[in-house]
Amino acid sequence: MSSWPILSLVTFLPLVGALFCLIVNGPKEAVDRNCRSVALVTSLATFLISILLWVWFDPTKAGFQFEEKLAWVPALGIGYHVGIDGISLFFVLLSTLLTPICILASWESVQVRVKEYMIAFLVLETFMVGMFCALDLALFYIFFEGVLIPMFLIIGVWGGKRRVYAAFKFFLYTLLGSVLMLLAIIAIYWQVGTTDLPTAMEKLNLPFAWQCWLWLAFFASFAVKVPMWPVHTWLPDAHVEAPTAGSVILAGVLLKMGGYGFLRYSIPLMPEATQYFAPLIFGLSIVAVIYTSLVALVQEDMKKLIAYSSVAHMGFVTIGAFVLNMQGVQGSIFQMLSHGIVSAALFLCVGVVYDRMHTREIEAYGGLVHRMPRYAFTFMFFTLASVGLPGLSGFVGEFLVLLGAFKANTWVAFLAATGLILGAAYALWLYRKIVFGELTKTSLKGILDMNKREIAVFLPLVLLTLWMGIYPNSFLDPMAPAVDKLVGDYQAALKLARTAALAP
Amino acid sequence: MVLGLESWVLARPEIFLAAATGLLLIYGVVRGEVATPFVSVATSLALLVTAALLFMPYREGTAFASLFIVDRLTTTMKALVLVGSAIAILMSRAYFEQVKAWRFEYPLLVALATLGMMLMISANDLMALYVGLELQSLALYVIAAFQRDSERSTEAGVKYFVLGSVASGMLLFGASLIYGFCGGTAFVQISRALLDGRGAEIGTTIGLVFVVAGLAFKVSAVPFHMWTPDVYEGAPTPVTALFAVAPKIAAMSLLVSVLMGPFKPLFVQWQQIIVVASVLSMALGAFAALRQQNIKRLMAYSSIGNVGYVLLGLASGSVKGIEAVVFYLAIYLVMTLGVFATILMMKRRGVMLENISDFAGLARNQPMMAFAMLIFMFSLAGIPPLAGFWGKLYIFIAAVEAKLFIPAVLGVLASVVASYYYLRIVKVMYFDEPAEAVDRPAFGINRAVALVAAFLIAVFSLAPQPLSLIAAAAAKGLFS
Repeated sequence: MSSWPILSLVTFLPLVGALFCLIVNGPKEAVDRNCRSVALVTSLATFLISILLWVWFDPTKAGFQFEEKLAWVPALGIGYHVGIDGISLFFVLLSTLLTPICILASWESVQVRVKEYMIAFLVLETFMVGMFCALDLALFYIFFEGVLIPMFLIIGVWGGKRRVYAAFKFFLYTLLGSVLMLLAIIAIYWQVGTTDLPTAMEKLNLPFAWQCWLWLAFFASFAVKVPMWPVHTWLPDAHVEAPTAGSVILAGVLLKMGGYGFLRYSIPLMPEATQYFAPLIFGLSIVAVIYTSLVALVQEDMKKLIAYSSVAHMGFVTIGAFVLNMQGVQGSIFQMLSHGIVSAALFLCVGVVYDRMHTREIEAYGGLVHRMPRYAFTFMFFTLASVGLPGLSGFVGEFLVLLGAFKANTWVAFLAATGLILGAAYALWLYRKIVFGELTKTSLKGILDMNKREIAVFLPLVLLTLWMGIYPNSFLDPMAPAVDKLVGDYQAALKLARTAALAP
Repeated sequence: MVLGLESWVLARPEIFLAAATGLLLIYGVVRGEVATPFVSVATSLALLVTAALLFMPYREGTAFASLFIVDRLTTTMKALVLVGSAIAILMSRAYFEQVKAWRFEYPLLVALATLGMMLMISANDLMALYVGLELQSLALYVIAAFQRDSERSTEAGVKYFVLGSVASGMLLFGASLIYGFCGGTAFVQISRALLDGRGAEIGTTIGLVFVVAGLAFKVSAVPFHMWTPDVYEGAPTPVTALFAVAPKIAAMSLLVSVLMGPFKPLFVQWQQIIVVASVLSMALGAFAALRQQNIKRLMAYSSIGNVGYVLLGLASGSVKGIEAVVFYLAIYLVMTLGVFATILMMKRRGVMLENISDFAGLARNQPMMAFAMLIFMFSLAGIPPLAGFWGKLYIFIAAVEAKLFIPAVLGVLASVVASYYYLRIVKVMYFDEPAEAVDRPAFGINRAVALVAAFLIAVFSLAPQPLSLIAAAAAKGLFS
């Protein structure tokens, strides 16, 4: 335990790196090289410091730890209040882990405007980490929205052919949802006179009708971000057009912002509305699981297929979050973490062959196992993790979610479980098409296997997937008290509302 | 004593500015064209000295038989206007020298317009209001047509003059109705008449509607916005920069002090008008700008949209609302001056550029310039953490607290639409293939303005508190 501001350090250290990159000057070669190194060193340092968070984290406590609180804009009741609990701890680690991996993955594939690219990624990391640490609604909103600026540039500047369309769609979709959330945040501020989250949780006592409106406003923002069917259409476009590292961050971290938002804001602040709208969430999630899995089956673009599979996997997340029992919520968080690593790795797998062949058409590949055994192994490993093979991380999350869902509603569990079968179908189909079969395409005859840098990119992800699959308790235990408190508070609030309704 | 010394002391900034302008005018006439550089710098300095005089020492009260009022709000607004005008003059030089229209009358006309704005802001009587407004308007009509051998500039001047006169006429007509029903033109008299019920008749309301219509024209709120795009596009670019800031701030301040002052008892009546004008401005500003090709025209629609947000703050009619207005206007001033300074730097082989497509690939050719513009654009779009976001947040907090839920929802939706065209400029600068390189911006005042503006935006983004304290102090002036 320490009293120095470790969370702020983790949040703003990348920004320092970005400033360094900004002042780097000289011939293009040197600037590119220096910026890459600065970005990698800063993000690795950030990651190492964030490990300390885990080490010093007290897994028995349910409340927020490493809290820092400063008055920022007292005129508007906004404070700089950060802190983490068992729920946000691992999201912070996920963000700090994926950033250096992204930078390493773009080492060779990004050759134009390297300086700006690295700055964008470091700024993005600050916003992501800040978002998961924020304990003030306005601060949260600032980080939540701030993410859009670097991501817009990453897709738009370094993206594929239809990058402009994808960047705009991404930006405007998310912004449209978020501004409604801003109004809800303002309404909460109006009610409690501050945007401080713990204070709001304590004091906020809204009539049911109000809860519903505010819940819908938050929902508009988080549902787009998750993304839930039918507002998921920005995701395939953004994924396909973004550069590999952009897709990794999108799938790995940005999608989690929605699920995290539900858990951190919607459920504790508006418990009655949560209960009221839970069936809506279940309905949309089941559609997402089944429909987008079917859509994934007919894709011709590798990235698009994985993008649709993300939507399906995030369907499990929202189901788990809203069944609101211990297993469901823990499963939901675990599924987010697992998906953050596995889908990130899958996008990196696509990136490996894309860097060599410059196409993502599934048809253009086949028989890669003959030339690239190491790649075939890695790809298979993550395909199976994504499918949910026991012993790998994907299984734990899905199993817990289904367990929780079964307790709450058998039909939801039954329908969601069909997604597992469909998921296996499209993932294995993709794998077969690309890796197995005869190596007939002449363009593939000279393709090279993964080099050392690429192995270095994948190795931590492989180990982590195994760890999460074999011994998930390292992750489940620290989050248990916080999840327990979330579920307990939710039940207590419902009970209170029920007695209030019965009272004359 | 009606015209006692106290009155002169209170009005010393205005008196100083009038005297300085007069002297510089004589100097200019005597020396002729050679005096232009000196007169322009001296006028800017005079404006800044006037701004300093506002605060050294700060005093408040009414003067000249209550025609003239000085309080925190008027002082803050005057400071914004003076800074805006002074910088606009400094930004003009390179442009007018290039089109060979750099004459000493230009800075002096701006100074006179500013004097008019100061009188408007401090008006405490419908007559004083009208005199200030006309002084401002007449000077601005001439400035719009200042590049007199350009057809577009002349056209802009004439359009502005014709439509502006109609608006002035409406305002005067409204003032006469109010005078008739309330028995006086002084704000105190009107307020008293409305409070004791004598003036609370339909005639007063109709008069108020006309006055608001006249003022809405000056701030270019929908449905009185039609002149804005044409005048913005036609007028010389530095003049557009001036139009976008100083008169807007002055007229908005006037609108605030009229509606929140003598007409506060008619709040229910005028609130509806302002809400409708606000929502329409936000919507039109967002939708009409989507397909613009000319950056000045785009900024015209952007300013209409921004006025919509400011009006929403006014419509809430609370202390918070007025704070939000001041806060928003201050940030708007910085952003707008920054954008226009960047536009003024855009040249290719010495030719001024005005089309959005000319910005193509600016990020490769002039990274610093593009980066500054990126900051301004995201800030104008209200994307956090940039300063523009704080302005919008302030406005929406005021609106929600006043229970203006539907306008607030429409406002945020309009801001999403509007963000599209701000993003489009970012897209052109950063995503598109570079066009032929633009000239390296000369080291000069425009570059300094753009840099300082970008820096200020960064400061306000991280530390909005000091500005909000200033805004709070200003708003309290109105409610004390």
